[in-house]
This record gives sequence, structure tokens and C-alpha cells, in this order.
Amino acid sequence: MTWPWEDLLTSALLGTDRRPLPAPAARISGTGPRRDGGDGHPFGDGHPDGGGRADGRDGLPDGGGRADAGAVGAGAVALDAPVALLDAAAVATVRRRAGLLPAAAAPLPRPAPRDDRAPLPEAAARRLTQLLADRPSAGGGGRRGTAPDLTELLPQWLAAANAYGYRAPAAALPALLDAARARTDLRPQALAFGGPRALWLAASNPEWRFALRGASGGTALPAPDDAEGVRRLWEEGLFAERVALLGAVRAHDPAAALDLLASTWASERAEDRLMFLDSLRTGLSAADEEFLERALSDRSRNVRSTAAELLSALPGSAFAARMAARAASCVGLDHTGRQATIAVEAPHECDAEMQRDGVVPQPPSGRGKRSWWLAQLVEAAPLGLWRERLGWRTPEEIVALPVADDWRGELHAAWCRAAVRQRDAAWSRALLGPASAPPASGPGASSSAALLATLPDGERAEWVAAFIAAHGLSEAFQLLGVCTVPWSGPLGRAVIDALDIARDAGSYPWSFSGVMGLAERCLDPGEADRLGVLTAAYEEGENASPGAGGYWAEAFQRLVATLRLRAAMHTELTPPGR
Amino acid sequence: MTEQGVRWTAEQVLALAPDAASRKAGSKLGAAGPWSGAGCSAVGAVWGLCKGSGSKPYQTVVDTAGPAYKCTCPSRKFPCKHALGLLLLWAADAAAVPAGADAPDWAEKWLESRGARAEARQRKDEAKPADEEAARRRAAARAARVTAGAEELEQRLADLVRGGMAAAEHAGYGLWEETARRMVDAQAPGLAGRVRELGAIPGSGPGWPMRLLEESALTHLLDRAWLGIDRLPEPLAATVRTRVGLPASARGPAVRDRWLVLAQYDTSDGKLTTRRIWLYGRESGRTALLLSFGAAGRAPDLALAVGVVLDAELVRYPGAGQLRAELGERFAAPVPGDAPPPGGSVGEALAAYGLALRDDPWLDSWPVTLRDVVPVPAAEGWQLADADGGAALPVTGSAVARPGLWRLAAVSGGAPVTVFGECGHRGFTPLAAWSPDAPGTVPLT
Repeated sequence: MTWPWEDLLTSALLGTDRRPLPAPAARISGTGPRRDGGDGHPFGDGHPDGGGRADGRDGLPDGGGRADAGAVGAGAVALDAPVALLDAAAVATVRRRAGLLPAAAAPLPRPAPRDDRAPLPEAAARRLTQLLADRPSAGGGGRRGTAPDLTELLPQWLAAANAYGYRAPAAALPALLDAARARTDLRPQALAFGGPRALWLAASNPEWRFALRGASGGTALPAPDDAEGVRRLWEEGLFAERVALLGAVRAHDPAAALDLLASTWASERAEDRLMFLDSLRTGLSAADEEFLERALSDRSRNVRSTAAELLSALPGSAFAARMAARAASCVGLDHTGRQATIAVEAPHECDAEMQRDGVVPQPPSGRGKRSWWLAQLVEAAPLGLWRERLGWRTPEEIVALPVADDWRGELHAAWCRAAVRQRDAAWSRALLGPASAPPASGPGASSSAALLATLPDGERAEWVAAFIAAHGLSEAFQLLGVCTVPWSGPLGRAVIDALDIARDAGSYPWSFSGVMGLAERCLDPGEADRLGVLTAAYEEGENASPGAGGYWAEAFQRLVATLRLRAAMHTELTPPGR
Repeated sequence: MTEQGVRWTAEQVLALAPDAASRKAGSKLGAAGPWSGAGCSAVGAVWGLCKGSGSKPYQTVVDTAGPAYKCTCPSRKFPCKHALGLLLLWAADAAAVPAGADAPDWAEKWLESRGARAEARQRKDEAKPADEEAARRRAAARAARVTAGAEELEQRLADLVRGGMAAAEHAGYGLWEETARRMVDAQAPGLAGRVRELGAIPGSGPGWPMRLLEESALTHLLDRAWLGIDRLPEPLAATVRTRVGLPASARGPAVRDRWLVLAQYDTSDGKLTTRRIWLYGRESGRTALLLSFGAAGRAPDLALAVGVVLDAELVRYPGAGQLRAELGERFAAPVPGDAPPPGGSVGEALAAYGLALRDDPWLDSWPVTLRDVVPVPAAEGWQLADADGGAALPVTGSAVARPGLWRLAAVSGGAPVTVFGECGHRGFTPLAAWSPDAPGTVPLT
């Protein structure tokens, strides 16, 4: 005895007391419960009419219910109406389930582009899964134990895998994208490793949209020498695509990028102009001067000051000459005393010409106007100026000159910024001074780090090693951050010795947790064996803080374990046969 | 390397972890740093000493054939982070956990006692006196209680339909919870579970009246089947007993095969964790389900690594359309599996589910392998579509929320893959995938 599903459902909803089942349909209705959308499981609509290829009724226990249902249907006794309804609904339900048909397929996705990079060696793939599974603990802090911090090793692992040109295992892509979503610093390497398939995947998950925004571009960029493709994307592309395109072209052919930018410059929005202008940092040369000079009269103040900053990195430019003249008029030598002294006469006004050259007239709160102007002039003036201006002295001699009227700090700080901006190693060296000099007399940790970045790798490491040998680790964190990884032998040994000394002094290791973390990531893995002796439990001296010895042993164990792990990571990534 | 020497992958090890915290803690210990004296034997035992915060290192030993764990640490997690770390190290670093060494005394002692215990248990099982008369009396008493419960539930369902389900939306969960407790008292946990699900349906979103009527009708069907069980053929009667929740034991003949582990996943109702492991017999072509249970906070005992092949015997549970089996004797250590089971089209998968309903009309899904399907994001959710683009299966809503679906999409890259999963009236739940581009089974759970 069967009824259309709609009748069953209506009666069940309203109750058979209120809405008895109508007289049964004459023939078996083919419609099972209809899926009218909204329940999220769109199967095919067609249901086989009775029987079909798999008639569910064959399987029903044919003992009690069915006979009752027949009796009830014929007699229409109110008491048994619910049972009749449930019987009929059971038959309809099983029939519908047994007769489900496939849904119509949505349009198939465009396949991911091919990725012909070599697959990861098996051990490296396992390692990746492990690194990706490790999430930084909530709350941070706390005791770190002896086990390596795997999340911190992910950037290195990705860089190494990219250097070998491996393809990411497809199954790892979701975890990789999740990791990159949580940590912006991972994104460039993670997306490069993920390759075209990661971008393909990210396109269908809103949580991974960041991948399409990234500078590496969501869509494939045309080759930088494909003039027509470049032109078309430049004119029609989205902002992010255009930034990526400009960067790619600039890296390939700086002049072509400049032409591209100049062609539409007047019609770009101010924020866009700022970003595009910033792309010119790569491959900056005298050829850009004319364009930048024009940008000095831009409507947007931020564009003007960026143009001025870029021009000040071109010591031969007319801009630099103007700044040099201004700076020279403020700073000179005074021979009247027993010893030559630098005399400073800060500017009295910030005229329209200075403002056009990017000098900001309004000082930040707490600074005097004149010293603010002076600082900007000296920072933007080419450093080569001072040799002639200050009596043909070397940078070292100039830095050593006394400065009248408390201007020394202001003047030296401006020279530091100029040396960084103009990447002038000789001046950086002079301003840094000897590494053994007390840090208080130097330019300060963050300026020192910036100055160090202009020195060649080897010299940088040597200077930091000497600094640590003389002053310990307490002010070395920022300096270590600019050294190339892995640390050179002398630098690594200086850090280890300093840690050993700190332990002997009886302080707790977490006073050095920043340096310890850096050491785990940056020491040459080859140092692990030398470190073995430090991991043993250590006799605490009289002055030691209680329990410090055990914590140090633990910290050194973690350091050694991390170094071994890094060595293993690199071995796993080495292609067989190398 | 011996035939035993197949080391697991990190994912296989991490699948044993009782919770996310253990997984993380174990990962940290999966490096050579804190370990010493580690080694593994030809019969699948792994041991090592782990330096902890105390002066004495923890002694950790694992029998991977169980797997079973022993560690001297005070953790109540099982397996503890040391066991997980040791296995990860064993999986990743053959040099740190060398094969073929002799087990140290403390490990050897535990391994021996394990063997002895297993033998003792087997002897006890064989020696159990069969008091058949008493057992029959107990069974009859229980059947009577279940019958009373089924009759009461019938009344409850009839009242629901007579008064109208529309009222159920407002009646709330309490009424059903009371009925569920009555079913527990009636020693019919299967009925109790169904009743709890009925109670949850009115709050389950659009389309609930239809789902409530369907599930009420099937519960009614089960009640009637139980009340008329004398007239059912034995295989179907066994299925009904299982569905009602009477205990059954595996009694079928042991089937030896090379069983490919297709999937392993856990579900939890807060008190009990249920682990399902799907196996595919390479020679018999049969699919089987192993169930294993763990109390809250403990991982179920049985754990098999997805993608390996076991040479072992399975014993079936009774009942028509029932795939549950028990793992019997294992003849060799697991070896890595290769090819997926032969699969079929989307239409064939639905037909298989339809056919299975003939044996067990209460089946929500049926294990199938789909060959050459493409995961497709569609307006209403995801689909798995035949590669020729005609027919498709919707992916179940709960599967869409899981990370496994993204792994499936990534592995496919828009190209056809082979997918194993559960196909039913709610849609398809993908559990494992194989891509022609990369060897091995990709777990999606």
C-alpha cells in the first residue's frame, strides 16, 4: 500500500489525527521523498518507477509491518493510521535510497598546470610532513625542553628545497598553504615551493586568497621580454599583477620597466604610484634620475619623499648636488681652537626648494625644527662631499673629529642613515668603529645592524664575532640577525664561547633565549660535535642561580639536537648521486 | 633489512596519537637528541632510552605488531609522547634506530611477558566452561527486556506521527533523551542510539521534517523486525540483532588474505572513541571493517597504518550485509601496499549501495572505490564527478568541513584519481585517494 511521499510527509507533520492519510494511490508512485534543495545533498532527480535496478523492498523484513499496513489501509482504523504511515514511509525511504541516481556533474575544473620539477626524496617528504604538523604552542613561553623547535626550521627547509628545485608533494599543499597563511614570513618560499598547483588549489579556497595576491602572482606573468604580453597585462591587469609584472621586468631590464611605468604614470592613482615607484629600488641607476626628478613635483607627498629618497641614493645626481650644497652650508670645520672641530649651523628655514626636494618641514613632536631639517639634509647629501668639505680627511678621521655644541649625536646619526642608504662600506666601517669599543659609544644596536648590512659577509661576521668576544651576548641579538646563515666558523665559536661564559657566570639560560634560538637556526650544523661536551650536566658554581646548570644542559641539548636535525634535513634533500 | 624491516611513515605513527597535544609532543621527541640506546628487532619491536627532566632516562619499548607500548614515564596518555617520539625516530632515521640489535634486558622482559600473556589468554578462552543453559536463560531475559523496549518505542513513534512531527520542533531534546534512557534500560543500545539521533534531527537545519520521517520510519521498521524476528531468515535476523545492539561475536570462518589498509578514522561521542579501519582483500576482493573502541582520553588499541598490506586472517561477524570482522592471526609484518582496489563509476557506486540495502535496509552508506573521478567544487558543495563529466556524487557535508577534502583536491589537481570512501544516501565521504602521479595511498581522514 503506497502513497506519494508528499502525502506521507504532510500527514506526519500535521499528525494523522488532524490530517489522515488520503485513500491510497492506485499504483506505486515512483517518487520517493523529493529532494527539493536546501538539504545540501543534490542527487539526481529521477527515481526508478517501482522495481528499478535495485528494489529496496526485496530486502525488507516481510514479517510484521507490511501485513498490518494492508489491514490498516483497507480498514482505515484511526488507531492504526500512524503505523500505516510509518510502514509506508519505511518502504518509500528504502526505495528512494536504493534507487538513488547520480547527480549531473558541475563543469569540471581546469586542470592544474604541469609542474615538471623533480619530486622530493622520500625521507625529505616525511620530514616536510613533520615540520608542517608542528604548530607553535598557544601561549608561547614556558620551558622549551630539549627537543628542537620544528616550526622555526620550516623557512630553512623551504629555502633549501627551493634551491634544489623540488616539486612539493601534492598531498602536503593544504598544510603548506595553511602554514603560509598563518605566517607571512613563510609566504614567498612556501608559494615558490608550492608552485602552480598551490595557486591552482588556492583559487578555490577563500582562506588561501593571500596566495593569489602575493608578489609571485596568481596568474602566470608573461616573460619579461614578451613586449606585447607585458604591455597588455600592464594596461589590463589588476594592481597586484601589475606590481608583480613591474618587478619582474625591472629585474630583467631596468630601462624597459621605467619606460613601462612612464607610459601610464600620469593616470595612476597616488597609492599605486607610490608602490610602483618603490619597485625602482631594484636596479636603480643614473638612468632613472630624470624620471625621479620629475616625480619630485608629484601631487602626492609620499610619492615626492620616496622619489627624494631614491635620488639621494644616486650620489651623482643633480638632486644630490643640491643637497650637498645645502648640507655643506650647515657643516664646516672650525680651526680657531687648538684642535680642528666640526661646527654646525643648522638651517634657519625650510624653503620651498628644500620642500620640493623632499625635506619635510614639520618635525615629529619632541624635536626641534632646525635639527630636524639638518638631519634630513645630511642624510640625503652624498657622503663623498665630506672628504673635501672637512679637509680631505678619511671617513675614520672625520668620525673622530670633535663636534661643537652637542651636535655630534645628530650629525653622526644622519651620517649613519646616509651610509646605509648609499650602501657606503667605508663610511659604515668608520661609523661602526672598532668592535671592541664599548657599545655605549657606538651608534646603537639597530643602527649598527643596518651599517653592518652594507659590509661584505666575511667582514660582517668578523666584526660581530669580535663584538661578542669583547662585550658578550646581551646586546648582540640584532647584530647576529644581519649575519649570513650558516654563521662563519669564527662567529659561531664566538657565540658558543660567550654562551659557555654566561653559563659559568651562573645566569639562567632564558636570559639568552633570543640568541639561543638564533644559534639553533644559524650555527653551522658541523659545530654539533664540538658542542657535545657542553650538554653534560654541569657542576654549578657558588654564584650560580639554583638549578641553572640543569637548564643549561637542557638548552645545549636542544641546540645540539637542532643542529643534528638541520644536518639531517639537508642530507635528506640532497639529490641522490650528489 | 629483514622482511620485518618496513618502517612506518610519520603519518602512520602520528595516527596512533590519542590527541593533538600528544601528536605535537611526540613530534618534538622524534629527533635523535634525547634518545640513546635505540634499536629495533626483526619481529617489530622498537626500544630506546629517552632523556627527560629527571636523572634517569625513560625506558620506552613498542611492539609495532600490536601495536602495544610500554614506557616508564608517568604519563597517563596512551601511547605516551615518548612512544610516539621513538616511533617517529624509527620511521625517519634508520641510523638512529638501527635494526638487528639485541633488545636490552628491560625491553626483552616486557616483550616476553607480552607473548606469555597472549598465550595465557588464549588458553583461558579455550578452557572456558560452556554453561550453555545459563547463557540461554540470560539471553532470553535480555530478549524480553528488548522486546518491552521496542514496544514502548513503537508507541512513542506512533504518538509522534499521530500528534504531528511539527510539534517535535518545539518539544526539544528532553523527551527523546528520556526515551533513549528507557532504551538503555531495556539493554537495546542500538535503539537508544537511534532515538538520540531522532532527537537531534529537528535542530539539524532545513529539510529536517523529511529526515525525521525517514529515520522514524526506519526505526519503526527495526522495531517491527525485532518483534517479528522469529519469522526472519537467520542472516537478516542476525543483522536485526546487531542493529538493535545485542552483542555478537565474530564466528565466521577465518579468511586469510593480503589485506590492504584503506582508511582509519575515529569518531567520538564524548564517552567512547570508535575507530573504524577499512580493509580490502587483495585476493578475495572483499572489503571488511574492523572496529576498535577506546574510553575517553585513550586511543583505541588497534591501529593500522593506512596504505600497508597485512597478511592476516579475518573472522567475520554474523549478519546479512555486515562487513564487520575481527582481526585474527597475522602471518607477517605489514608491507607497503601499492595499487588501489579496482573501482567503478559513480553510478556503479550508488548501485552497490542500493544492492547492499537489500541485505540491510538500515545501512547509511557502503564502502566503494571510485575509479577516474575528479573532485569538483560546485555551487552546493563538492562533487566527485566521473572523468567524462557526466555523472557525479555529492560529497557529504561533514566531509566538506574536513581538511581531507582539500588534500583530495590537491592530489587530483583537476585530473582523475581513484578514491575510496563511504557512499550512501547523504552522499559520498572520501577516505583515501590514489593518484597516477604519485605512488602510495593518500589518507584523507
